[in-house]
Order: sequence, then C-alpha cells, then structure tokens
Amino acid sequence: MRVAARLFLALLAVGLLGATAPQPKLVPDVSQREVEIRYSFTGAQLLLFGAILYPGGKVPADPADIIVVLRGPSQQLVMREKRQVAGIWLNANSAEFRSAPSFYAVASSRPIRDMVDERTAAIYELGLDKLQLSPSSLNDGVEIDRFSRGLTDLRIRNGLFVERPGSVRITDGVLYQATLPLSARVVVGTYTAETFLVRDGRVLAAAVREIEVRKSGFERLMGVFADRQPVLYGLTAVAMALSLGLLAGYLAQRI
Amino acid sequence: MDLYLPIANLSVNALLIVGLGGIVGLLSGMFGVGGGFLTTPLLIFYGIPPMVAAASAASQVTGSSISGVYSHLSRDTVDLRMGGVMVAGGLVGTLLGAAIFSVLQRIGQIDTVIALLYVLMLGSIGLMMAQESIGALVAMKRGQPAPARRRRHHPLVAALPMRWRFYASGLYISPLAPFILGIVSGILTMLLGIGGGFVLVPAMLYILGMQTQVVIGTSLFQILFVTMATTMVHSLTTKAVDLVLAFLLLLGSVTGAQIGTRLSMKVRPEYLRVVLAFIVLVVAIRMALGLGWRPDEIYTLDIL
Repeated sequence: MRVAARLFLALLAVGLLGATAPQPKLVPDVSQREVEIRYSFTGAQLLLFGAILYPGGKVPADPADIIVVLRGPSQQLVMREKRQVAGIWLNANSAEFRSAPSFYAVASSRPIRDMVDERTAAIYELGLDKLQLSPSSLNDGVEIDRFSRGLTDLRIRNGLFVERPGSVRITDGVLYQATLPLSARVVVGTYTAETFLVRDGRVLAAAVREIEVRKSGFERLMGVFADRQPVLYGLTAVAMALSLGLLAGYLAQRI
Repeated sequence: MDLYLPIANLSVNALLIVGLGGIVGLLSGMFGVGGGFLTTPLLIFYGIPPMVAAASAASQVTGSSISGVYSHLSRDTVDLRMGGVMVAGGLVGTLLGAAIFSVLQRIGQIDTVIALLYVLMLGSIGLMMAQESIGALVAMKRGQPAPARRRRHHPLVAALPMRWRFYASGLYISPLAPFILGIVSGILTMLLGIGGGFVLVPAMLYILGMQTQVVIGTSLFQILFVTMATTMVHSLTTKAVDLVLAFLLLLGSVTGAQIGTRLSMKVRPEYLRVVLAFIVLVVAIRMALGLGWRPDEIYTLDIL
C-alpha cells in the first residue's frame, strides 16, 4: 500500500513538473527478479542498474544524481528495551511499530543530504534517519526517538538496514549502477527496488521494480511442512531422533 | 560449510553445530546426563533464537537417551511403574510449560526467565554435586568408604495421600510425589530444552528415596518420553523445531554419546562427578554474569 502511495506521490510530482518542460526518464532494472533462499544461502548481492533517458538524448552539463532504494516487506514489531533492575538486565520498556520495513538499503551517487533538503528526503523516505517506522504505542516523543534509533542501530548491525552514500556509479551521465547487499537474515516476500533521479534538490523521475525473495526447494518445503502439517512434522523430528540414536547405539556395538 | 536453517531463518556453520552436538554428546555419554543444559545456552550464544534453540535441543536429548533406555530396559533397571507415573506427570508438565512459555513470550520476559532458571537450577545442583563428589573423593583418598547414606524418602512425600507399591524402587509411597516431579521436569523441558535429568536424578535419590540401581534407567525412560512430547508440543504450538538444526545436533551428539560411554568406563566415577560439577558450575556462573553484565544488545525485536 505504502509503496503504491509513495509511487503515486512521486509520479504526481514528476507529472506536475513534466507539464512545464520535458523531463528525463528512467529505465531501471535489477540483476535478479527473484532471489531464492536455498540451503547454502548466505546472502546475495543485488545489482541495480539502468539508463537515464534525457529528452532529445542531450546530456546536460551538470548531470543529475541517482538514489536507489531496496526495501523489504513491512513488519509489525514490538521492540523491547533492557534495563538493569535489581542487578539483572531485563526487558523493562517496550514500543510497538505498526509497519517498519524488514529490510532497507539505500545507495546514492553523492551523500543524500547534499542532494535534497530534509523535507524532500522525508517525503520519499531517503536515508535511514528518514524512515517512517510508524510507532503505534503510547510512548512519548523522546522515548519513540530512542526506540527508533535503537531499531535502526540493531538492523544496521544485522545487515538489514544499509546505507551506501556515494556508491552509485554513473557512466557518461547516462548509465548508472549500484550494488546492494541482501543479508542472509532477510525475510521472504516482495521487495521493491526504487530508483530516483534527483537534480537541484528535486526528484525528477522515479521508477520501481519488484523483486521476489522466496525460499525454494527443500527450504520452502520445510517451512510449508512445519506450518501446514505440524503433527507430521513433529513425528518426523521424533522419528529422526529415535532412529539416529538407535543407529549410533547399534553401530557402536558392532565396532 | 554454511547451511541455511529453514525455521531459524539464518545460515550457520554446519560443522560447528555438529561439533557442538558432539561435545555435548560426549559429556552426556560420560556423565549420563541429557546434555540439553549445554546445548540451549551454546546455541543462544551462537545467535540462534532462544525459542528455536530450546525447541530443537529437546529432540537432541531424545536421540542421546534412546540407546541408554534400550540398554537399561534389557538389563531390567527401569521401574516401569514409577516411570509411567512420571511420564504422565511429564506430559501434563509440557502442556503447562507451553502455556507458561506463551505468556512469558507475550510479556517479553522469556529470555530473562530462561536465564534465571538456568542460574538457579544449575547453581544449586552444581553446588550440591560439588560438595557430594569432593566429599567422596576425600573419603576415597583416605581409603575409607564414603559414609553410606540412609535411604529414605523426604517427610513431605510421606504426608501425601494415597499409596502405591513401587517394587523395583523398593518404595511404598503416594504416586503423587513422582507425578509432581514429572510435572516439574516437563515444564523445565519445555522452557529450557533440557531433559531434566539434572533435577530428576537427585530428586529421585534424595526426595523419593528410590533404590540407586533403577534411578538412572527410570530417569532416562521419563526423559525419553517427555522430550518426545516436548518436540510434538513445540511443533504444534511454537512451530520452532528446526529439523535441519536438530539433524546436525543429533549427528554430533549420538556419535559423541557412544564415545563418551566408552570413555566413562575407563575413569573412576568419583572423578567424573567432580568434573561434571565443575562444568555445571561454570555454565551457571557464565549465565549469572550474563544477567548482570550490560548486554551487547539493549534492544530486542519481536515480530507480531
């Protein structure tokens, strides 16, 4: 929903601007439309690339900047904060977030704050500090700030939030490419790769591609099995434990 | 060799997990304990979510206790009646444990409770074991036999209503006592992923006053059934049993258990008990420090 809303905003902005002068267009693509999580999955590197089509094919003297954002499905989260109570660290305080992205990676050709102002960055959610985490519990503003920072920090260290300013390469002002890492801890679902063309502090064009992250083969089977056939799954686990234990005992007697 | 765990949703070094299972199996074979008390904390230290760790460790205990039960059954050192009562209590305990688990999870205190329970349980049992085994060692060095403990059950047990005869254990007591013991071990298995042998064996000896020959066999018998039940309950409620993780752990632990059993025949049991007491105390101290130290992560996230 929110992706669609943002896209609409972006298109609206582009449309309004487009009324005055012909605007450049973006033709984006990603190296993989599908990421499959298999037994050996330790993460993936996604290449986001594409072309900037200027009207009339004329590349202006001061070429525009590119920001690419890779975003995972939103999650409803509860975040708990540990505090020392009677010498023991335990979860004391908590905050809920209604829809925080499970994954967010952003790359740009220059540091984002040099390209756009605070407001524009907030509208398009460009940068980790501009993410809308939608806190839904009744904490006060100071606490929400603290929890939001904690959430961002935790996700950065888990490789789920990534910021790579200056890592988008633009060749001849026309072709751009960026690599973003997908951590092994990502959740499955539909991811979006958004590309923004920015000049003079304004977003001139935006385009979206979807990437499907899913478990495949054995891993998918296991997840489905555990979820849909819990009795059979449990029995399989028990049977596996019993037979391995007995087999080892039997073999040990032979040796 | 990295392997992706489909339920835990992360990849682990497969050889490391097999090795971990192997060490735990070695200890469990040497000391005759389930070893779950080591698996769960070590898996948590490694970064596996506590729930998945506890749920998958239970099936490891199943695997490492089955061959023990088999040999005890063939030597007739299992009190089946006593074991049956305790299994019944254990089943009630796993269901109670599941309810406690979900309540604690909702209020966000499951991790603290797991750690606290570990500290309390391992600390007290470790101290008891250390005291008893060092006493036995000293007596052995002096060349005197350790003073024989008078076998009798705790006065509280005698106060319970109803009495059954447990021939193999040499007891005429209320079945409620082993039933309650079973419940406690069921709850602990569900929460901590341990077999509960740690609690059961001393309790059977010192609270119930069972005959020593049948204590190990009967506790293994109970552990076997309770860990199987735990695996089932986890599969049905938390859905946190990871078959790949369990397989890796089992692979190591069943092998380690066999090696451990052979090693244990070459070492005097008095020394073994001192070493076990030491390991138990180290784990307890490490967990206690973990509670008091400022944790690496102040924040934790739960997906609703």
